[in-house]
Amino acid sequence: MKAIETKDLVKRFEDVEAVKGINLEIEEGELFGLLGPNGAGKTTTISMLCTITNPTSGSASVFGHDVKKESSTVRGMIGIVFQDPSLDDNLTGKENLDFHGRLYKVPRNEIAGRINEVLELVELADKANVIVKKYSGGMKRRLEIARGLLHHPRVLFLDEPTLGLDPQTRLHIWEYIEKLNREKKITMILTTHYMDEADKLCDRIAIIDHGQIVAMDTPENLKHDVGGDVVTMTVPHGSEQLKTKLEQLEFVKSAQLVDGTLRLSVEKGETAIPIFMDVARQEGIAVPSIALHEPTLEDIFIKYTGREIRAQEAASGFAAYHGPGRR
Amino acid sequence: MPDGRMAFLGDIYSIWLREMTRYVRARSRVITSLITPLLWLIIFGTGFSSALSVGGTGGSNYINFLAPGILGMVVLFTGMFSGMSVMFDKEFGFLKEILVAPVSRTSIVIGKALGGTTQGAIQGVLIFGLSYFIGVRISGTLGLAGAIVLILVTMFFIGMGFVGLGISIASRIENIEGFQVVMNLLVLPIFFLSGAFFPVTSLPAWMKALVDINPLAYGVDALRYAVTGLHSYALTTDLAVVVGFFVLMMIVGSILFRNVH
Ligand SMILES: Nc1ncnc2c1ncn2[C@@H]1O[C@H](COP(=O)(O)OP(=O)(O)OP(=O)(O)O)[C@@H](O)[C@H]1O
Ligand SMILES: [Mg+2]
Repeated sequence: MKAIETKDLVKRFEDVEAVKGINLEIEEGELFGLLGPNGAGKTTTISMLCTITNPTSGSASVFGHDVKKESSTVRGMIGIVFQDPSLDDNLTGKENLDFHGRLYKVPRNEIAGRINEVLELVELADKANVIVKKYSGGMKRRLEIARGLLHHPRVLFLDEPTLGLDPQTRLHIWEYIEKLNREKKITMILTTHYMDEADKLCDRIAIIDHGQIVAMDTPENLKHDVGGDVVTMTVPHGSEQLKTKLEQLEFVKSAQLVDGTLRLSVEKGETAIPIFMDVARQEGIAVPSIALHEPTLEDIFIKYTGREIRAQEAASGFAAYHGPGRR
Repeated sequence: MPDGRMAFLGDIYSIWLREMTRYVRARSRVITSLITPLLWLIIFGTGFSSALSVGGTGGSNYINFLAPGILGMVVLFTGMFSGMSVMFDKEFGFLKEILVAPVSRTSIVIGKALGGTTQGAIQGVLIFGLSYFIGVRISGTLGLAGAIVLILVTMFFIGMGFVGLGISIASRIENIEGFQVVMNLLVLPIFFLSGAFFPVTSLPAWMKALVDINPLAYGVDALRYAVTGLHSYALTTDLAVVVGFFVLMMIVGSILFRNVH
């Protein structure tokens, strides 16, 4: 049985279709990543899977239990770290965790130990009895993660869990996520904007754009599909002409121009670079830097989502729409 | 299924515990919430007592007449406010944490209602205790113990009912601004038309009709019977209405709360 299964899952709000027919099959024990730009529909998808939002059409199930018809069964199996704040500011950290433990029926003789364990993990043990109102933003985030991990659910949803955390804390949390996934066989669905996070943690990744899955595979396979090398050139404004020229070269597989950086996917980078420089010179464009690397997840992400978003932003002038989220 | 029932009671307790932890923490709010009703009691009680005794109707008992009305007011305000706190939970995101948990919607409603009612009862008892010093005495026919039991029972049912009403409203309105509107449009008329200030027996027909459909009127009547022995409705009617109001509001609250998101 699949841990998560969705069929043509759709969510329509009054004026937007946030999720447009998503089909997912996630195995038990898998650590699955959902990547996509702001507004792609990641949070909406997760909200439907964890019974907070009803699907407009299509179906979704967790271990065979329909999220709509058997919502209480589903709720008993899952845990979630929300993207948006969801703590009680007037309680202490410990009281927030204790309340959570009660709601999820963590045995009372285990609760103190578990609370200590998760507080140690997120390095909040010394703040346990402080009112959450007095926490910093990062501390609140860490407490939310601790809370999501407290009851060892069968499926755990993590919606941008490490957003805004310092690098050291992120590393800790990655380790614990991996450990829980491995040792407790907790299936995890993670959204993130950190490509290194997705690459390191996820067994499989789905890239979502405009409410649809545009690519889904293991990080290795995704990178392999791009293949060869990626050449990145820093270019001045108005280099679309150059991009078009380079795209026409037969050994260039694809090209994207994002934020003044031109990314070219090629067979052999070493031989491509001199040719690119020649073309740039003919076009009269100065290229201050050029680099060569193997494809990363970021290249994949930009390949599947970047071009379209840039085009749309430029056309509508609505850059803020895809700005830094709705937090 | 006793296991399920245990979990149900445990969930009610968890929700109640959170409400109470927050209540105890907001100590300064608790104290201010005692001051307003006491001021009502002292100023109105003393003011009208002297006005009425000038009129020669033996108004020295007015403060005793008013005290149960003020108890009803405390339960009404605390209850409605506590029910509407669902709004704040929604605003600050905490409601998601509760809604995604394996907890039945009914247990959330009952737990919240018990929390609000406990707070109202604590405040009511404190105010009633303090009102001893301004001359309020239990003088009904029930005896002290009987009167206290009737007061607590009545406060329980109307308290639960008004939290239920607050939750029902909070489940339907979208924003905090709506909260103020509802408070002014609903709570004040309920309070003024409850007979808290004046006897309802000799009112004009249209006003009497409004009082008769106001559940708080029956609550205040039962409280007044306990304190002074005076009443406008039969005690059985009072109790039947407040229990009916409680049951109805728990059901409506649970149904409406199910659609909250
Ligand atoms: N409650 C709502 N009412 C109306 N529209 C909504 C609602 N929630 C989300 N949307 C819209 O649905 C789309 C998808 O939003 P969603 O939050 O799922 O994106 P996301 O992929 O999680 O983005 P981010 O990376 O910024 O968190 C957006 O266009 C958003 O404006
Ligand atoms: Mg999101």
